[in-house]
Amino acid sequence: MSDIAIKIENLSKQYRLGQIGTGTISHDLNRWWHQVRGKENPYLKIGERNDRASISNSEYVWALQDINFEVNQGQILGIIGKNGAGKSTLLKILSKVTGPTTGTVKAKGRIASLLEVGTGFHPEMTGRENVYMNGTIMGMNRQEIKSKLDEIVEFAGVSRYLDTPIKRYSSGMMVRLGFAVAAHLEPEILVVDEVLAVGDAEFQKKAIGKMQDVSKNQGRTVLFVSHNMASVKSLCHSGILMQQGRIVFDGSIDDTINYYLKEENQKFKEKGGIEWKDPKERPGSEDFQLKKVFTSTNREDFKSVFSNEDKIFICVETEVLNELRNMRLNFRLLDKNDVVVFTSSSHSNEKSIKETGLYQYTMKIPANLLNHGTYFIELQAGMPGVKQILLNTKVLSFDIEKLTDSGTTHSTILPGVIAPTIEWVIKPNYI
Amino acid sequence: METQTWDTIIKPKRSLLSVNLAEVWKYRDLLRMLVLRDFVTIYKQTLLGPIWFFIQPIFTVLIYTFIFGEFAGISTDGLPKILFYLSGTVLWNYFADCFNKTATVFKDNQNVFGKVYFPRLISPLSIVVSGLLKLGVQLLLLLGFLLFYHFFTEVQLKIHLELLLLPCLIILMAALSLGLGMIITSLTTKYRDLVFLLQFGIQLLLYATPVIYPLSSVPEKYQWIIILNPMTSIIETFKYGVLGTGIFSWFNLTYTLLFTIIILILGTLIFNKTEKDFMDTV
Repeated sequence: MSDIAIKIENLSKQYRLGQIGTGTISHDLNRWWHQVRGKENPYLKIGERNDRASISNSEYVWALQDINFEVNQGQILGIIGKNGAGKSTLLKILSKVTGPTTGTVKAKGRIASLLEVGTGFHPEMTGRENVYMNGTIMGMNRQEIKSKLDEIVEFAGVSRYLDTPIKRYSSGMMVRLGFAVAAHLEPEILVVDEVLAVGDAEFQKKAIGKMQDVSKNQGRTVLFVSHNMASVKSLCHSGILMQQGRIVFDGSIDDTINYYLKEENQKFKEKGGIEWKDPKERPGSEDFQLKKVFTSTNREDFKSVFSNEDKIFICVETEVLNELRNMRLNFRLLDKNDVVVFTSSSHSNEKSIKETGLYQYTMKIPANLLNHGTYFIELQAGMPGVKQILLNTKVLSFDIEKLTDSGTTHSTILPGVIAPTIEWVIKPNYI
Repeated sequence: METQTWDTIIKPKRSLLSVNLAEVWKYRDLLRMLVLRDFVTIYKQTLLGPIWFFIQPIFTVLIYTFIFGEFAGISTDGLPKILFYLSGTVLWNYFADCFNKTATVFKDNQNVFGKVYFPRLISPLSIVVSGLLKLGVQLLLLLGFLLFYHFFTEVQLKIHLELLLLPCLIILMAALSLGLGMIITSLTTKYRDLVFLLQFGIQLLLYATPVIYPLSSVPEKYQWIIILNPMTSIIETFKYGVLGTGIFSWFNLTYTLLFTIIILILGTLIFNKTEKDFMDTV
């Protein structure tokens, strides 16, 4: 096939863990000595798969291992995976910021990467000067920028401020200007990280639209990395799923996302609750720990499948190990696409000083609110403005079973994140 | 399949010798922008602005005049102290500034280097080019003093034809500081010790360079040590050309040239090897 735009073969990247410094010189000398004798680098053999959670005894770790894939021209490929799966490392290699340890990347045409918008912007320079600065950093020459300057400024919507130093710009204006330059780069291959997370909704839409346009109408190839399943789904054609530095799934974007979510959900298919017996495994910090989390209808028995007419109790048992001031527990309910359904905080029910000891929280989700499907519970705790004592942690999932029939002859699943019972009043002859 | 042509190929560490100068040339507009950025932003929001270009050397020269000239009584080859110190200081400052800045290029630019690729050589190059502005302005200051002394005092200044070598001297200094800086910055990505060495190293090097004393005042048996310093012949040649005193020697100058070429090549190679994976070690 002649329309492969980018081909990646056996790509691997090894990192050294821990302190860089002491010991490097001896490793360097050893490596050099092996090289002189024509032997293989002794440190390439060791190294483990990259799993953040497990404590490894090797100093070396593979951030990427045996990555192979191809992308056809004009395609938009989504790269998804958990934090630390190797997505950013892959992007860094593609954008030549860092080199691979083994393997090759072959590409047709210029690769431009957008790991950040507005790289090289200097606050003291004017908008115009910064367009040139940023453009040349990304590999355009002055002539190219000159011919596109009007378009760029128009896309960014900052023409009035073109000769103002950008330190006077709002942060949104700066992002728009940065993206506008990048969007007019016209590379054959565009590599985009989650830069779109910044900027307002309107701008995000504009940016996604631009990427679609670039791929569809100009036949350019886009590689897009994101945690936001919704934008990946709407933008990409195909996807790859990365896990611990390897590709574990490769297919259409819908299949990839489904596979990812299924994998993720598997872990939560507990019997409606988890209890951490070993204090070392408990999520939290030295001040605050989770002991047990479960969902229930009667506050006692674990339950993971509910009917939409059930009240759902979410019970969280915690231990406060050091006295806390103004601490609050926040709880987010997510749907299967990681969309936040709602957020709730213990804030108004907490005392300002919390002594050490055991605390049980119970949250009640009213009946007839949630729709059919799987939901996730994410917990986070902290003292606002002081510190986090429990980072956002997905602890549990539960399912809402099919809506029970209420008068209708056949049950249907209505689309929507929630399905509350809405009161309808219908008056005939209302005049 | 294999007949397909690829425009971009990314492979593990390139060999030591694959310096892609054509690519550097392709990015020349970036070099231009970086230099422009330095010009535009250097004295933004300062009260005195470009006057700082003058204040620095003038104060340095005043201090030298008092400490080394008056108190210590070090010879200035019979020249007015101000002219003697100023001519050495102006050149030395250019070298020291360029060396200092290129020696931290990886550290100073890690944010940009971590986000986008361009030939990293552009960054140190832009530093030595930007430095030329300051050098130029300070040379004008020197010219001002020369004219003053020529017209308003009895001092006899002999300008030698060797002054025409000035552009070559500047190129030599730029290349030397670039080469040394690139070596240091490459090594500091892994071994931070060099940062400390550099801080006082440049300071000490000043004393091994005939800036505050003439080479002729160094006892004969130690002169070779001072001549080993490649900056020596540059400063001496300049003083010989512009003030008429100093030791001019083609031999010494050729030594400096060879030294510089070797350092520049070495620096480029090491720098080129480091740029590929410095993001992982810095």
